Amino acid sequence: MATFIIRRILQLILVMFVITVVVFMIFFHTPGIDPVRQIAGRNPSAQAVKEIRHQFGLDRPLPVQYVLMMKKIFITRDLVSYSNQGQKIVPEVVAATPATLSLVFGAAVIWVVVSIAMGLAAAVFKGTVIDPLLMILALIGISMPVFWVGELANLITQSRWHDTILFHWVPPLGYTPFVQDPGLWFKGLVIPWITLSILYIGLYARVLRASLLDVQNEDYVRTARAKGLSERRVLLRHTLRTSMITFVSLFGLDFGALVAGSTLVTEVVFGIHGVGFLTWQSIGNLDLPTIMVTVIYGAFFIVLANALVDVGYAWLDPRIRPA
Amino acid sequence: MAEVAALEHIEPAAPGGPEVAGRSPWALAGRRLVRNRIAMGGLVLFILIVVVSFAAPLYANHIAHVNPFQNNLNGTTIVNGKKVSLMQQGGGILHLGETPIGPTWDVHHYFLGADQSGRDVAARVLYGGRSSLEVGIGSAVLCCLLATIFALLAGFHGGWIDALFSRMMDVIWAFPVLLLAICVSTVLLNAPNGVSIGPITIQASSLWLPTLIIAFIYLPYVYRPVRGHVLSVSEKEYVEAAIAQGASGWRLVFMEVLPNVITVVIVLLPLIIATTILTEATLSFLSIGVQPPNASWGTVISDGQGLLYTRPWVAIAPGFMIVLTVLALNVFGDGVRDALDPRAKLRVEG
Repeated sequence: MATFIIRRILQLILVMFVITVVVFMIFFHTPGIDPVRQIAGRNPSAQAVKEIRHQFGLDRPLPVQYVLMMKKIFITRDLVSYSNQGQKIVPEVVAATPATLSLVFGAAVIWVVVSIAMGLAAAVFKGTVIDPLLMILALIGISMPVFWVGELANLITQSRWHDTILFHWVPPLGYTPFVQDPGLWFKGLVIPWITLSILYIGLYARVLRASLLDVQNEDYVRTARAKGLSERRVLLRHTLRTSMITFVSLFGLDFGALVAGSTLVTEVVFGIHGVGFLTWQSIGNLDLPTIMVTVIYGAFFIVLANALVDVGYAWLDPRIRPA
Repeated sequence: MAEVAALEHIEPAAPGGPEVAGRSPWALAGRRLVRNRIAMGGLVLFILIVVVSFAAPLYANHIAHVNPFQNNLNGTTIVNGKKVSLMQQGGGILHLGETPIGPTWDVHHYFLGADQSGRDVAARVLYGGRSSLEVGIGSAVLCCLLATIFALLAGFHGGWIDALFSRMMDVIWAFPVLLLAICVSTVLLNAPNGVSIGPITIQASSLWLPTLIIAFIYLPYVYRPVRGHVLSVSEKEYVEAAIAQGASGWRLVFMEVLPNVITVVIVLLPLIIATTILTEATLSFLSIGVQPPNASWGTVISDGQGLLYTRPWVAIAPGFMIVLTVLALNVFGDGVRDALDPRAKLRVEG
């Protein structure tokens, strides 16, 4: 197990290295594009252009440029944004992280609970009208663009039905840090949580149902029935338990992807100032250094989540561990 | 199960009677698909949306008589036989400023109302659908084609080609899909003179740019399952038999391996199109997908964001079209998978 973990960590470092190289190449060496103009933002002054060329060492060989860039991101953490009055980017991203994490955690709780309930219900009531009904709902859930659902939610809760008893508690759009006012933090996040979780409820309910039905014909399930266990116990302790392995590994990957930046459009629609919102603002300002940092940050989260899932899997199932 | 039962009840052919025709696996799968009413419903709905969207110029020129790509702030239209201007003073909830006219529900006169620039929203939704479908279908087909070629090369040749392609795909896979698209799009869209690939120059306003970008980011999602199948098929006895017969590499790839892995691609294609349409919408909503003067469902939703509380239909209508299209594709895709590969474990992640 120890060798497996060490190997996985080495692999992780290698992948992260490759990712930073690829991102660096996309931003600085896409053919036909002058990186200085890209970093400088819209309408840069001649002096800013000169300063940037010198500061990023763009007249020096490629590996030196790469090392300088990574030093600015990881070690001195003083990479500045040109379109945003010299704001330091790395601390800005770090400051935005709690909002993104709050959004993802709440949504994850909702989607895990609801999708397990839906998947179980669909599998138990297979053959009745409930199963196809739930699956159609799940299918609709995965077919809706999340930003559009968010806009509809805003339309209903902020405007059309805001003055009714149902939604009068919904605060104006925006994010309140938990330490500032836990109540407002919660109230402001409920609608974004539900919006973000709809897609994943659909995905996971479908996956869980398929997996439950798949496992139902396994020998050990028959054995459990044969020894006289109640249907309920067979379902919860035997069938569901095995099905949860796929569920958990998917969850790890999706959670990682969400923290990594898949919450971007949700943050934009609800005005939650997390990492995704920062990325979106940077697209508007053509603030490429900030986009570069958020992309690297996001890719790291994904790689880390992948590695954690692999290690967790190997821990659960020894057959996966390579000798 | 119904299929098995049906097969069991086939009467043995009476001697001298008509011969029972053998059916190929393709014919069987086709029959299973056609019998799946829900899947066929999805297909019909999708085709209908494609036809309606591609008829956008007909609608704009012959029914609504508008130019949906030109600002029309001083324009007028007819509601209940009366001439009214498109931009109304003090409309909306706050009764301040100018608000474009809302839906008239009259197909000849601004059916869904006008947007902030006085353009016909209904016509823009149709034109937008055309772009969205072109980008979505184009990028999915391109992605599947390239991924299949790479997977055949990698899986069949093995060695360094396999290592090279697989590591490249691993790198793309490691990126969050949306962020990679954002990263590539912002760099390419802001290139001052368009993007040059060899002798070809693509302007930033061209639909090819989002199509290529989206095709690129989904490559590993097709490459990985196809390569897996190429590897397992290459070890089958019939491939060995073909090798023993002295078959050429080309014959092995195209006659033996490809027909047996193509089902994987066919199963994935509708689901990938659904995913690429959603991705295009997201990128266009963030203003880094389809660029003006073109419109797409995503850009129309983005136009409607500022009008959300006063003229919600501008944002609702294109989103509704996206949901219908993606739902139809998902339903059809499920049917295709059930027909071709009932025990499939393939899943497309967004």
